[in-house]
Amino acid sequence: MGELVVDKHVKYILSVEKRKDSFESVVLEHLRMNGAYWGLATLDLLGKLDALDSNEVIEWIMKCQHESGGFAGNIGHDPHMLYTLSAVQVLALFDKLNVLDADKVANCHPFLGLLNFMPDISGLQNEDGSFSGDEWGEVDSRFSYLAICCLSILHRLDKINVEKAVNYIASCKNVDGGFGCTPGGESHAGQIFCCVGALAITGSLHHVDKDLLGWWLCERQVKSGGLNGRPEKLPDVCYSWWVLSSLIMIDRVHWINKDKLAKFILNCQDTENGGISDRPEDAVDVYHTYFGIAGLSLLEYPGLKAIDPAHALPVDVVDRIFFQK
Amino acid sequence: MDAEEHQWRLSQDPEWADVTPIPQDDGPNPVVPIAYKPDFIETMDYFRAVYKANEFSPRALQLTHQAILLNPGNYTVWHFRRLILDALGIDLNEELNFMSGISERNPKNYQIWHHRRWIAEKLGTDAASKELEFTRRMFSLDAKNYHAWSHRQWVLQALGGWENELDYCHQLLEEDVFNNSAWNQRYFVVTRSPLLGGLEATRESEVKYTIEAILGNPGNESPWRYLRGLYKNDPKSWISDPQVSSVCLKVLSAEANHVFALSTLLDLLSHGFQANQEFRDAVDSLRPSNSDPADSDLAKTICSILRHVDPMRVNYWTWRKSKLPSPVSV
Repeated sequence: MGELVVDKHVKYILSVEKRKDSFESVVLEHLRMNGAYWGLATLDLLGKLDALDSNEVIEWIMKCQHESGGFAGNIGHDPHMLYTLSAVQVLALFDKLNVLDADKVANCHPFLGLLNFMPDISGLQNEDGSFSGDEWGEVDSRFSYLAICCLSILHRLDKINVEKAVNYIASCKNVDGGFGCTPGGESHAGQIFCCVGALAITGSLHHVDKDLLGWWLCERQVKSGGLNGRPEKLPDVCYSWWVLSSLIMIDRVHWINKDKLAKFILNCQDTENGGISDRPEDAVDVYHTYFGIAGLSLLEYPGLKAIDPAHALPVDVVDRIFFQK
Repeated sequence: MDAEEHQWRLSQDPEWADVTPIPQDDGPNPVVPIAYKPDFIETMDYFRAVYKANEFSPRALQLTHQAILLNPGNYTVWHFRRLILDALGIDLNEELNFMSGISERNPKNYQIWHHRRWIAEKLGTDAASKELEFTRRMFSLDAKNYHAWSHRQWVLQALGGWENELDYCHQLLEEDVFNNSAWNQRYFVVTRSPLLGGLEATRESEVKYTIEAILGNPGNESPWRYLRGLYKNDPKSWISDPQVSSVCLKVLSAEANHVFALSTLLDLLSHGFQANQEFRDAVDSLRPSNSDPADSDLAKTICSILRHVDPMRVNYWTWRKSKLPSPVSV
């Protein structure tokens, strides 16, 4: 089995910024905040977070914050819960949550202006307990996770009706034990992570049928050792995270073949230039590099920091947030 | 002007002479500096200007079109477009036409689906058939597109159009019986359609349908789970319905993938199903020659076989075995 080419991956993450005029850079411009989280979390898991100047990163992040308290994917864009969580996670990585006004993020006010009554996380909760990603009302159990994870890191879960949010998530549960994006939506490993993660953070895992879901999740492992996100779909490195973290949260991770999965992830590395792809021989990107390394961390691969499966942050960062360690 | 080809030069267009473009501010030392293409830079610079000025005009609408073609993932642009559509009172049927090409090129873009929902919501029930037809077209490109399924479920619940949905599921399953999304939709229809009377009313015909699908492909995970779902909240009927146990027996007696038949039989036994000799013989014949000796407990024998035929999940089947009640000593 090949080994994890740590130095190459560090080099790859640091080099992404230098790549000029790529298709990816134009398309990803508006979600650069997510990119920053994937890249920086990867560096931290590899023990190389200090390869970047934290002050520059933090300065840029704070420029993405809106009056309302929410964060945008980049400077000059609109805020969205997707980016607000990434911004909060990156600040947590650098132990800089103190630069935030947590109440402002959790409870920000609609900001003046003809068009923009911008999101505040707690103000986005719908009557049925679900969350919308922004004020335009996309409803999805993904957003329940984003809101709950973000408020949890900020110690502001009291700002929302947790019981209602939990009931909405429970209503997305299917007969196969999995969860969909809305009630009746197909079970999907990404949605399952969001639902199980939100339930774990709020101490509500009793809503999960662990044995049934555990079996559905371990059925996601295919012959190559990789995991898919739904029946009869191709394996993809990103599901190493979504499936594995869910299995850990429900204490069923030993039901899959860990060695085969680790081997699958390692086979997706570009051993020359660094980075990890979705499947062996495909082109690498930051997203899959992060999920590959986070997956290996969940598999306790030697030399990697441990990652918290619910908050998607290194365990030492989570300890700092919740136990002041 | 050909927006598709990105040949638009706003700075040279007299119609735009009154607008001062606003450049992107990435900060002095961006962490991940991005080298944008010139037409992208220009379009977005002008977009920022009209966005800041709240300019709801036909030219601003055209500019959002241009910006969307360059990057359909920027939801600020989509949002602004909706405000302009509202302000100018544009015919939203036209907007749906504009959307079709973009959606087909970007089938997994959240903003596009959200935009469609916004339009459909405004158009109301008139939009139902159009939206169902549109998602149908999307499924002809990718029958498992999660966004499209999510949209279709919303359309059915918000705008209606349930009449042919079960037939449509059937059609998709004819094309690919392994399509889990279609099975999920089938379950969605039988449990939620206002026209069918719910699970109990449809169970008989659905069980028949599912068993046929199982016998055609016994290694297909989806119909097995669907079959179980048909007895939701009614485990008694599930155990006592001879159709369920007999499909297991049929598969076990055939040259086929036995994993799901064995695991279903294991579930039945764990819930109190009493297997006769026929089941024992069928299971026994699957015992690999080098496996543990046959157990008098059928469920244990099944677990041993599953450990053998499904080695990827050997720990799961070991756990299932450990959960079985120990035989009562006499």
